Amino acid sequence: MLKRKPHLAATREGSERPMTTATQEKNTYFADFDRLEKDLVKKGTPGIHRLRKTAIARFAELGFPKARDEEWRFTNIAPLEAIPFELAHYEGEGQRDKYAHVEPNEATGSLILCINGYKTFVHHRGPALPEGVIITGLAEALKTHPQLVEPHIGRYADYKNQPFAALNTAFLNDGAFIYVPKGKVIDHPVTIVNMVVAFGRPFVWHRRCLVIAEANSQVRIVEKYVGAKDTVYFTNAVTEIAVGPGARIDHYKVQEEGNQSFHIATMQVQQNRDSRFASQNIALGGSLVRNDINAILGAEGCECTLNGLYLATGQQLIDNHTFIDHAMPNCASHELYKGILDGKARGVFNGKILVRQDAQKTDAKQTNKTLLLSDDATINTKPQLEIYADDVKCTHGATVGQLDEEAIFYLRSRGIGDQEARNLLTYAFANDIVGRIQIDRIRDKLEQTLLASRQLPQGNTEQRPKEVLV
Amino acid sequence: MLQIKNLHAQVGDHEILNGINLTVKAGEVHAIMGPNGSGKSTLAGVLAGREAYEVTAGEVLYQGKDLLAMAPEERAREGIFLAFQYPVEIPGVSNTYFLRAAVNAIRKHRGLEEYDAMDFLTLVKEKLRLIHIDEDLLKRPVNEGFSGGEKKRNEIFQMAVLDPKLAILDETDSGLDIDALRIVADGVNTLRSPERATLVITHYQRLLNYIVPDKVHVLYEGRIVKSGGKELALELEEKGYGWIEDTIK
Repeated sequence: MLKRKPHLAATREGSERPMTTATQEKNTYFADFDRLEKDLVKKGTPGIHRLRKTAIARFAELGFPKARDEEWRFTNIAPLEAIPFELAHYEGEGQRDKYAHVEPNEATGSLILCINGYKTFVHHRGPALPEGVIITGLAEALKTHPQLVEPHIGRYADYKNQPFAALNTAFLNDGAFIYVPKGKVIDHPVTIVNMVVAFGRPFVWHRRCLVIAEANSQVRIVEKYVGAKDTVYFTNAVTEIAVGPGARIDHYKVQEEGNQSFHIATMQVQQNRDSRFASQNIALGGSLVRNDINAILGAEGCECTLNGLYLATGQQLIDNHTFIDHAMPNCASHELYKGILDGKARGVFNGKILVRQDAQKTDAKQTNKTLLLSDDATINTKPQLEIYADDVKCTHGATVGQLDEEAIFYLRSRGIGDQEARNLLTYAFANDIVGRIQIDRIRDKLEQTLLASRQLPQGNTEQRPKEVLV
Repeated sequence: MLQIKNLHAQVGDHEILNGINLTVKAGEVHAIMGPNGSGKSTLAGVLAGREAYEVTAGEVLYQGKDLLAMAPEERAREGIFLAFQYPVEIPGVSNTYFLRAAVNAIRKHRGLEEYDAMDFLTLVKEKLRLIHIDEDLLKRPVNEGFSGGEKKRNEIFQMAVLDPKLAILDETDSGLDIDALRIVADGVNTLRSPERATLVITHYQRLLNYIVPDKVHVLYEGRIVKSGGKELALELEEKGYGWIEDTIK
């Protein structure tokens, strides 16, 4: 394991990163930064590049999280540190055809297809987008709309304290950019497919997504992660979402990374007055997965929903850290995370809710349920409520257990075999979250995946007519 | 159809059934009445195969076969249906999907072809009409958020779809208002047939105003202490369970 110590007590914007030490030189991230800097500097404004430089300097100081960090106690990232990941790149136009199949699966709406974080394709099908809406790759947005990007990017995700956010920010280049002006509503969901194309060596990509929803606008966003099987790679993703006053964002994340991948993702949400934000976070793939979802309810009247489902088996590790910051009065948050762990899989759930002194009339509810299907699977679950206001309603609950024997008996008493009953109840446990997904095709697909994973026949949901162009 | 001979059962060290003898023929409706703790639900549970109960003596023959040797799902596939006193909620699985899995498991057992989604829907819609239940119920997750009455109706609806040979209704009237009770009773009556035997387990006589039994048995301290025709239920209602206690002591 590499050991790194801070060499500067603090950095100011645009400062040079501290001198590299012998150990740091082994670290490919710094070498990559040095090598790529001449290209990166051309992407976006000087301000953006200063941000990158500050971030790489900060990463040098922070280093990777250690097991002694409270926030990383159960997730040892030594295996990730040990691999010299190469910065991913896109290998020519021909690749597009190879992955053409990604597109037709997506129905009406906008699609941003990011390949290895270095090449982004944008498609739009269906009715014209409302005036002023921008849906594009981030690299494109850095070129064409820097005045929109710059005030927001790096402002929410905490690159000053979070090493992975710092690393992502240092290599900030491509990804997705969604801008919805005041009062505009995008009817069809915007789908972002983050796809990994293997090129033979372990590689890393730092994918960035920025969503700006201005006052009273609405958008639904689906972020998918699809990765090649048996390929060692590292997805380091940061998504920043600014939810304007009265705006509404529904965010769905479907993570089906490859079985040998590392997936570290931070989603930082900043909510403004009377806004609504809902996240459904579905994690199915990856070898080592860490999700940080942080929502700041920074004005009155916000509503925030964070739901999640994770399925892990074999040696998988899936760690979900959520943080809801009730900074202002009269906000509500609802959180339900469910996990199904089989084999020797490990799960971590850490749900922090901070209710600040000003945040009177807060209504916060958090639930975490874990189903352990094997004796070797483990879960570390930690609800963390810090309440400094006195007129609030906060509840939390965590359950860890096996399937309900009464429910198994109920199914068996109807003729369903013991194993099928268990499979059906396991599916049902998961589908409770999937059923909350409001986009038919995403929900149906996930239901199919879940049914298949438990060897159950298809058809829990009635066949719906295919989405048609309006 | 069903022969229960000297059945003894216990939970842990606590003996609940104390030598039950009962014979039910096809086409008959038998009511089992008894005060709380008399062993009514235990009897239903033992017949359906609930694992919490340990049978210590006696035997149960169902269509000539040793019922107690069968797993719960085998019993169901052989035509036994238990309407639960407390139906279980299963969020995430629609009623249709659940029932199709059940019907197909039973059909497979009987060497019949499994239903596809369309065939099944046709069958189910016909049964909905029979029980006067809204089609909406099919799409809803099994019992989730159902009222007490809806849950019991759903049990009867399942019974209609699964078409059992022996139906056991465990306190199906508990927690029902008079309208819901009537609907449930109508459903059960609709399903009465010369091929089907029904065991109605209840604490109160009022259900038997609607489902008129051929025979009534009084269960007390794990034994059937009195049997008779439908008038026994009325007598019991009038005199109370204390009367039974006095009679046998």
